[in-house]
Amino acid sequence: MEMFDLSLIWALIIGFGIMMYVLMDGFDLGLGILFPFAPDEDARDVMMNTVAPVWDGNETWLVLGGAGFLAAFPLVYTVFLPALYIGVFLMVAGLVFRGVAFELRFKSRRERRGRRLWNLAFSGGSAVAAFAQGAVVGTYIQGFETQNGVFVGGAFDWLTPFTVLTGIGIMIGYALLGTTWLILKSEGYIQAWAYKLTPPLLAAVLVIFGIISIWTPLVNEVVWDRWFGHLQVIWILPALTLLCMYGVYWAVRRQRELLPFMATLGMFFFTYLGLVVSKWPWLVPPNYTIWDAASAPESQLFLLLGVLFVLPFVLGYTFWSYWVFRGKVRAGEGYH
Amino acid sequence: MELDPVLLSRIQFAFVVSFHAIFPVFTIGLASYITLLHALFYKTRNPAWDRLAYLWTKVFAVAFGMGVVSGIVMSFQFGTNWSNFSQASANFIGPLLSYEVVTAFFLEAAFLGVLLFGRGRVSPGVHLFAAAMVALGTFISTFWILAANSWMHTPAGVDFNEGVFRVTSWMEAIFNPSFPYRFAHMAMASFITGGFVVAGVSAWYLLIGRDVEANRKALSMCMWLLLVLTPTQAFVGDLHGLNTLEYQPTKLAAMEGNWETKEGAPFLVLAWPDQEAQQNRFEIGIPYAASLILTHELHGEVPGILESPPEEQPPVALVFWAFRVMLGIGFLMIGVSLVGLYLRRGGRLYHSRRYLQMLRLMSVTPFIAVLAGWIVTESGRAPWLVYGIMTHAEGVTPSLTGGMALFTLIGYVTVYGIIFYAGTYYLTRVIRYGMQPKEEEKMVDDFETPKRPWSATHTPFDDNPAKGEN
Repeated sequence: MEMFDLSLIWALIIGFGIMMYVLMDGFDLGLGILFPFAPDEDARDVMMNTVAPVWDGNETWLVLGGAGFLAAFPLVYTVFLPALYIGVFLMVAGLVFRGVAFELRFKSRRERRGRRLWNLAFSGGSAVAAFAQGAVVGTYIQGFETQNGVFVGGAFDWLTPFTVLTGIGIMIGYALLGTTWLILKSEGYIQAWAYKLTPPLLAAVLVIFGIISIWTPLVNEVVWDRWFGHLQVIWILPALTLLCMYGVYWAVRRQRELLPFMATLGMFFFTYLGLVVSKWPWLVPPNYTIWDAASAPESQLFLLLGVLFVLPFVLGYTFWSYWVFRGKVRAGEGYH
Repeated sequence: MELDPVLLSRIQFAFVVSFHAIFPVFTIGLASYITLLHALFYKTRNPAWDRLAYLWTKVFAVAFGMGVVSGIVMSFQFGTNWSNFSQASANFIGPLLSYEVVTAFFLEAAFLGVLLFGRGRVSPGVHLFAAAMVALGTFISTFWILAANSWMHTPAGVDFNEGVFRVTSWMEAIFNPSFPYRFAHMAMASFITGGFVVAGVSAWYLLIGRDVEANRKALSMCMWLLLVLTPTQAFVGDLHGLNTLEYQPTKLAAMEGNWETKEGAPFLVLAWPDQEAQQNRFEIGIPYAASLILTHELHGEVPGILESPPEEQPPVALVFWAFRVMLGIGFLMIGVSLVGLYLRRGGRLYHSRRYLQMLRLMSVTPFIAVLAGWIVTESGRAPWLVYGIMTHAEGVTPSLTGGMALFTLIGYVTVYGIIFYAGTYYLTRVIRYGMQPKEEEKMVDDFETPKRPWSATHTPFDDNPAKGEN
């Protein structure tokens, strides 16, 4: 059994799952954040219709990640969740509200009060969930106060100026994913609105991600050593991130439709990799690596067999549903 | 007053899991019923079966959606409130819960869409196959969840060392001693729940004279099923009880309200267990009945609660009464099923308005019985989280304060209150407008996707219907 480093395999699987989640649920949470600012109710219908066939599939990655952590790296599960107790509640409540709003908004007529309430549930739920996810990232960068593998910090350790900044950063980043997705999936005045919003959001992301990137090595010695030590090849990641940002800007000016979204995905992808190389191999910083946090090898193996069997189906289905629902969504019609 | 995080976490878990459980209990039974309807349609090509399958698939879609949404919450509860338990048992509980998620994904990805939207698009044979696979999937999900839960009652196949369980035998751990009984009892409960809900709704349709042909068929079929299922459930429940007697005698003693170990114990119909005084303040019982049921001998020995010290006893009054609620409803169900058989003479089953009204009311009772049953088994395990090894107090999250727990408890009650209201309201509308000829249905134009199960319904949320109001 020693031939395979099961913890490493699991780290790759869960790391991949989290990335899928951020990229895919990112744009549909982003549309929720943009929802109140939409030009009119037609635009809101279109926005929701563009993600309705896929959003639930996007969130399955979150549940898979949560359950995967419990099975493969229980320490993550049993330190992160207590440390982020209030934040996790807010995130879950937000996701539940927007999940139900997805279903019931379509069943409510426009002029009714129900419609307004479901609109509010959708946007409020999305915003709160996005902020909470950003705060999780910030808390992970910050590290956890632990003793013998048990979280011993306070209820609001996760809510610091730094995590508030990461929370807002993720909200704006998701909103950017939302506008570029909408450029791809809409047309006419809705697309024009999305084009108009993209540059200011991009500027905000540049500023906030910039502050976070400078702040992180200053408060964290390990991260400082990683970036200013001998491993200089990793500077290619922020360079690629900036290139992607420029790509978004360039593509929006040229009124390109697919490229803004792809470049934003690339921006998130390289930022994510940058975070991974900053923290590797610390999974529950500052004290525990992926091997410290791992469950017993027989347990990791037992689940791995099932996951390797199912993963191709989930990926295939994901690809298929995006393929089936490709193309523009127009006002007054969904996918028929 | 000092807020106790352990007690508040227990209340919170009981609340969220009860809320969640309502939906799977119903959908598991319903999925099998829908499969049966598809099979009948496939065999007879009688369109009445197709109409019934269409209605109940819509109901299934809504209940399934509610189950998924409330299930997201469950996947975090073990970490937020019970982190020490999660840390200790992750090697076993982790893979099992993950397998449940994986199974649900697989099922959803492959077959749910065909079941929900395949009508008129795939052949009846393919539709039947999809329905059967969804039904099978619900059972596989149940399998993993109940294996994990049963293991907490009767832990087996593990080594407990330095505060961590390691699995020594997956077979022994998964098929632990109480698992087969719990699984059978729960599967039967799901069938009965589905049966009484379908019977109740069909009865209502018959009362207002909607699609009489199909609903008579549905009612008749349900009453036959329930006639067999309800007494069988009593038998399975009895076997489960005997298993509890063997492995968790204190829980069984609390169910019986029996404080002192004695021979020839009576079955207490009513009692007022007083935990402080460690005795019943008052009791009415059937002499020798408990001994007879549990040991099959008049003078058999029945264990008493006092065998355990007070700090290792469950809350006796709660367990005692929840057990009687479950038992009472169970016997009521058997009675109602027998009356149904009697009323078949002369077709009064379809015409007796009083009986049809009774069936309408009966459709809520299985949910109460299931929740009561879960209260018996879960509270009866107290103070143990993993029976005999880890208590609730040891399993709770150390950093959790009473204030935090109270905050989220109020939060979850609020969130679920709103969601439950909206969901149940919508479900009743789906039923209210169901089974009507196509041209009379007033529908919202909604595109269909398996990623939004409710898009299978097309029932408006807030419109006043033009027709079909009763």
